Amino acid sequence: MANITRSPWLLHYDGSSCNGCDIEVLACLTPVYDAERLGVMNTGDPMQADILLVTGGINSQNQDTVKQLYDQMPRPKVVVAVGVCACTGGVFKDCYNILGGADTTIPVDVYVPGCAARPQAIMDGIIKAVGIFQQRSNEYKAQVKEKKKAAKKGAQN
Amino acid sequence: MGKRSVIPFGPQHPVLPEPIHIDLVVEDERVIEAIPSIGFIHRGLEGLVDKRDFNQMTYVVERTCGICSFQHGMGYCEAVEHIFGVDIPDRAKFLRTIWAEIGRMHSHLLWLGLLADGFGFENLFYQCWRVREKVLDLQEMTSGGRLIFSVNKVGGVMKDIPADMLKIILTTMDEVEEELKEMKKTFFNDYSVQSRLKGVGVLTKEQINRLGAVGPFARASGVVSDMRTLGYAAYPMLDFEPIISEDGDCYARCYVRMQELFQSIDLIRQAVAKIPAEGDLAVAIKGNPDGEYFMRVEQPRGEAFYYVKANGKPNLQRMRVRTPTFANVPGLCEMLKNTELADVGLLVLTIDPCISCTER
Amino acid sequence: MGEIRNPENILEVIEADDLLKRSLELTKSGYRFSQACAAFVDGKFELSYSFSDYETYQLHNLRVVIDPATEIPSITEIVPAAVFYENEMKELFGVKIKMINLDYENKLYRIRQEAPMGPQKTEEEN
Repeated sequence: MANITRSPWLLHYDGSSCNGCDIEVLACLTPVYDAERLGVMNTGDPMQADILLVTGGINSQNQDTVKQLYDQMPRPKVVVAVGVCACTGGVFKDCYNILGGADTTIPVDVYVPGCAARPQAIMDGIIKAVGIFQQRSNEYKAQVKEKKKAAKKGAQN
Repeated sequence: MGKRSVIPFGPQHPVLPEPIHIDLVVEDERVIEAIPSIGFIHRGLEGLVDKRDFNQMTYVVERTCGICSFQHGMGYCEAVEHIFGVDIPDRAKFLRTIWAEIGRMHSHLLWLGLLADGFGFENLFYQCWRVREKVLDLQEMTSGGRLIFSVNKVGGVMKDIPADMLKIILTTMDEVEEELKEMKKTFFNDYSVQSRLKGVGVLTKEQINRLGAVGPFARASGVVSDMRTLGYAAYPMLDFEPIISEDGDCYARCYVRMQELFQSIDLIRQAVAKIPAEGDLAVAIKGNPDGEYFMRVEQPRGEAFYYVKANGKPNLQRMRVRTPTFANVPGLCEMLKNTELADVGLLVLTIDPCISCTER
Repeated sequence: MGEIRNPENILEVIEADDLLKRSLELTKSGYRFSQACAAFVDGKFELSYSFSDYETYQLHNLRVVIDPATEIPSITEIVPAAVFYENEMKELFGVKIKMINLDYENKLYRIRQEAPMGPQKTEEEN
């Protein structure tokens, strides 16, 4: 766990978005914007991911999928809601099948507004998420240290 | 007979950024049957007609799909204009055509990139998306939005493209054409691309007809069907022939879409040359629509179907979008039968899936 | 210059009993199935089945108007492509359709609400 703090991996899940934000997320990872220079990498496997990018609102069917993906990710983890639909539900808020933004299902750390969210905004969101991720892993490391110390003390006594 | 088992494909899958779930019944490595289950992105935007009036619906309709957003808005507006019985100004027609073709280019480039990614040609994927950014810059320059640019309204368009921007569009078209010619060589002549695409997922003309497939997917099997021939927007004033291929395999679908990119460049050039120098952008719309109309437009993915029914109130009674991908799902299931499991990802890609418009 | 073909859309209002017969006739004469949709208007379902021709671009709509309680037969035996459209009508509007080839039993979109665009909608408003 100690060595991965500087290069978190991204997992992208398309909630019920219109695809606009999804292709902007993809555009972020391709040469013109190139989010990979920030040390993040796109992955398709939730078990190896550290940052979850959710686009689009939550509907009754994908709620379980989003929850499951979130649970499969190892701690510490950060969630970024990309686009106004993932933040609040957006234009589709009044639709009969939309429950609301991503925060109705999982805790969201960074909100990226926009319809569709611009790549620059998404990059900003990713940078913020990397910051939060680093902070969380530091806290986690400190906790582990604390525990080890306590265990040592316990052994000595 | 081998052992039968069921392999789930999706909803979260590396090859597709979007969620679709298909249960694949496989026998050893061969797919026997494919049963799709959709609904991960179902929002129910058709139900919004009760809460939004017919002008506001334009914005909702544009968000059916972020890739062919402009064309969705155009299809809806044309349908409502038909009910009103108004004829929009010529300049607005040409502007719609230019935006529609720019949108088609960005969609096809996106698809070619994803296809390259699908068979593991990362370099080509990045090339396509690099060129696509140029097209997106055009959209941003002319309208202010990269993907979803609400320039349509019932009765015309909201923004004008001034003459200097038209010039920039033409120079960008030249640049993009050069790049495309380079890419075309790789897509059409590269040995590994050919061996991956040729003869995979063949559908015949009869099968296409029976399954009601549309768009480049149908045209790749030799069906001459291009809704632009219906003559909406400025297409009656432009010269084009539907591009078809007879083979019906993945390679043919790639061929059709690649050639359509060149066709779009040609159409944009024609439209820029023929656009009236000045004129109104929209006609005034008075009152509320009353009546019904079935409108068909050709989107990057095929024929989109709009059904609008109104009864003289601001809110429509019914607005129905039948997107091209929804029409292509039966074709996809048929195509998946009797293929190798390893080809499934590629085959799903070749219908140009856009799940958010499939499920609305 | 490419030829422009824009034939007038045909709207044919038929009885529910004639639906299968007419769809069979249309498919036999070379039409492809284009779409099917329902609308809930003034207490009745208006079902539109659209067929179109690849070559002439002719759009032929069959319109069936039925009571919400009436059961209509599925056309999937004749037009396999209609399966998703019929499941959609059944789930979103609550149209009673019998004998669909691949019946998702109202689980196509798996929405919580039952028939959100069907008869209940108007009752709620009143």
